[in-house]
Amino acid sequence: MQLSMWTYEGPPHVGAMRIAASMEEVHFVLHAPQGDTYADLLFTMIERRKSRPPVTYTTFQARDLGGSTADVFKSACQDAVERFKPAALLVGASCTAELLQDDPAGLTRALAPGVPVVPLDLPSYQKKETWGAAETFYRLVRAFAGGRTRPQDIAPNSCNILGPTALGFRNRDDVREVSKLLEANGLDVRVVAPLGARPADLARLPEAAFNIVLYPEIAETAARWLEKTHGMPCLTSVPIGVAATRRFIADARALAGLPEAPVRGADEDRLTWYSRSVDSTYLTGKRVFIFGDATHALAAARIASDELGFKVCGLGTYMREFARDVRAAARDYGVEPLISDDHLEVEDAIIEARPELVLGTQMERHIAKRLRVPCAVISAPVHVQDFPARYSPQMGFEGANVIFDSWVHPLMMGLEEHLLSMFRDDFEFNDAVGASHLTANTPVATEATREATAAVVLADRLWTSDAEQELKKVPFFVRGKARRNTEHFAAENGIHPITVETLYDAKAHFAR
Amino acid sequence: MTRPFTAGCASPPTIRQRGQHEVFCGLTSIIWLHRKIQDAFFLIVGSRTCAHLMQSAAGVMIFSEPRFATAIMEERDLAGMADMHDELDRVVDKLLARRPDIKMLVLVGSCPSEVIKFDLPKAAERLNRQHAPGLRVMSYSGSGIETTFTQGEDNFLAALIGEAPSAGSEDEAARLVIAGCLPEVVEDQFSRLLRDLGIPGVHFLPARSSSATPAIGPQTKFILAQPWLGAATAALEARGATRIDTIFPLGEQGTTAWLGAIATAFDVTEARFEEVTQAPRQRARAALRHYRPWLEGRRIFLFPDSQLEPSLARFLVNETGAEIVEVGSPYLHRDLSAGEIAMLPPGVPISEGQDVDMQIDRCRAAEPDLIVCGMGLANPFEAEGRLSKWSIEFVFSPIQGYEQTGDLAELFARPLRRSAMLTQGLAGGEGVSCN
Repeated sequence: MQLSMWTYEGPPHVGAMRIAASMEEVHFVLHAPQGDTYADLLFTMIERRKSRPPVTYTTFQARDLGGSTADVFKSACQDAVERFKPAALLVGASCTAELLQDDPAGLTRALAPGVPVVPLDLPSYQKKETWGAAETFYRLVRAFAGGRTRPQDIAPNSCNILGPTALGFRNRDDVREVSKLLEANGLDVRVVAPLGARPADLARLPEAAFNIVLYPEIAETAARWLEKTHGMPCLTSVPIGVAATRRFIADARALAGLPEAPVRGADEDRLTWYSRSVDSTYLTGKRVFIFGDATHALAAARIASDELGFKVCGLGTYMREFARDVRAAARDYGVEPLISDDHLEVEDAIIEARPELVLGTQMERHIAKRLRVPCAVISAPVHVQDFPARYSPQMGFEGANVIFDSWVHPLMMGLEEHLLSMFRDDFEFNDAVGASHLTANTPVATEATREATAAVVLADRLWTSDAEQELKKVPFFVRGKARRNTEHFAAENGIHPITVETLYDAKAHFAR
Repeated sequence: MTRPFTAGCASPPTIRQRGQHEVFCGLTSIIWLHRKIQDAFFLIVGSRTCAHLMQSAAGVMIFSEPRFATAIMEERDLAGMADMHDELDRVVDKLLARRPDIKMLVLVGSCPSEVIKFDLPKAAERLNRQHAPGLRVMSYSGSGIETTFTQGEDNFLAALIGEAPSAGSEDEAARLVIAGCLPEVVEDQFSRLLRDLGIPGVHFLPARSSSATPAIGPQTKFILAQPWLGAATAALEARGATRIDTIFPLGEQGTTAWLGAIATAFDVTEARFEEVTQAPRQRARAALRHYRPWLEGRRIFLFPDSQLEPSLARFLVNETGAEIVEVGSPYLHRDLSAGEIAMLPPGVPISEGQDVDMQIDRCRAAEPDLIVCGMGLANPFEAEGRLSKWSIEFVFSPIQGYEQTGDLAELFARPLRRSAMLTQGLAGGEGVSCN
């Protein structure tokens, strides 16, 4: 039994729904009690989809448990086939129905619904959402590409893109960006799946020369099966970041047997110049904590360290299935890997790492908000804000541009930071007074609040008053960090109270 | 001060369907219950689905650490039952170490815990013994196989009433219990009105603190503030309390009938009642006048969601001049809603339960001006060019009482106003003139 306040992933049947909702002409009959329909709102509200996900919930109730839940399933299944006339029917059970052991697969076979049926086994008490999505995609690919034979003549530059799904982080725009890049560099994209694909498109997968696994969490199982069954090679490098995009194009061209050539589309890269421009000097060594699904977390660490000059001070993932890669990468960055789906543990790790920027999921965004640390979202689980109206991929050169903006903007921009330190002693340019143009509306600190503050300081006597005075000379926008660092340093070295000496000892200790 | 309703003539047609229910399960009530009772913690004993439901439905509340969580059952828990009680104890210890401020722990049963017949009352009893007197532990079921959405609150209140202190003497018992979660602003308004009417010993259930549950006995009269409280009603009656039967305090009419029923039960004079309610009644009518032009003659279809639907339909018909195409309710407490249903125009179809696909067909065919429905359905309807209002807002927003009557009408009028603005604004051409 696991105590959970918030979860990174839903149950595996939600993963199956994501595949069904990604595709056309697929319908999913889910044996589930009333209430499980909440999952519809993930698609209609978070992603603002214009149609309900293609899912029929059997909605059994306590009074059905006497023995007729199987009948409830059968009639729901029959009605769904008649109403939606799908080209493929997925059947499965949610957590409660799994306990009933009604065998949706067997019941559906007995119904002989006249459409291809793909039964799903979704162990709710062992597995989670992403696994459910990967498994469902694999089952569908196997069902439709299974009996096919590879054609004799296959254009060597033909490829499929596997992995983008509904509720994926920026998948919609990534597909457009990556397809455009591939086409510009001499490749021919045949099938994109599951997003936007029909079952008939899955049957065409073996007609391409190779597969591109854009999101390994979703598509690796299917891609490995295609490799084994049809001998289709797969490309698993993920084009997030400038260097990774260049490598991705080079790898794709090599797989297609195309000669080495300058990467087309690279003129759209602005990250490289922006990162070199003097304003970005201020990004040097900013401590960044990274947490997300494995693909996005690894890519973020690479970009942060190699392309923006940040210091990775924490790296982790909530996906145990991909923990190995994250552990290896964490070793390279000299940090302890954090493999956990307990957001309280992640919060502790963030506090411990004292980052200046958090790159994470919506969960870390909320943690960072509480800690008042700037944050950008890099990975699912998603929120309505992660489906922006504008084009904003994460992949390719435009994706790198989007990443530069969305990570750097939450930080103080360099020029701004520079001006703040130049004028930090200015009589009206510090945190004790409001901005001068707002004077009329700035509350004046009263004697009472000043006394109250003084009392608190006296009461805990962590700091000597000299040290407290000295701390006030630190620019206000880094003062909080200086205070935390110094207190951390003092606690570790058993220093009490904190003196001016301690303040500068800590400054030297944390210097970089 | 006559009650403005009498039992109607023929009861309207009822559509009873079973099929896919597009409604939340009873666990979802926790979203408002945990905000209400400020020292209580709700621990769902369930699956990852339960946890995911709670965070999806309560997404916006992630900013604060919620006072609810899920003890997620895993494969090894399902292997042996004895082990599961130990596991639950371990989870509870972990939780209490993190939240020592909690005074009441509520174990909430879910679909999977009901199906495996995990004995939550027994677990609650054991935990109570371990953690008394600093912590009270109780349990109820919010499972989807037994409850929809608001019925979770019903079961919780029934459990709470079961544990309410017995009145030692006549003086100790609450004189009036108002049952059903109300927003605090509404509670405060009702408290003032009831004080001015001279009603003594008024208690709201649930109270804002777990230790403030009033003593209930034969001296207690109670009135429902929400229509979904069948089990709570039975529990109160089992304690000897008597119900004041009326409609629900939505709209000027509903609020007047509701307060009037209390006044009658406590022998308040008509003159006093007029004096106290006249000004707020006028304010409510004045506020309604702003929205009536948007709603009069509009045809509205209500999908089942919270069981508030019959009351909302009555308000829309009688106070805004709207027409009702269909009133859906996930479940109808016929005796509790009899007054509401009697006040609907004859022939308005009422549906209980749901086959969502068939209901969507009926709705499309009827071409209503506004569809009141859940979040799973709203955007798909909007994408078809239909206007919708998500019904969950009626359980989260203050809509009861005189001062909220305008707000209630506004919730229905807003989609219509917005659509009118956008139809003009997005059509291009003229644009917004500066003149």
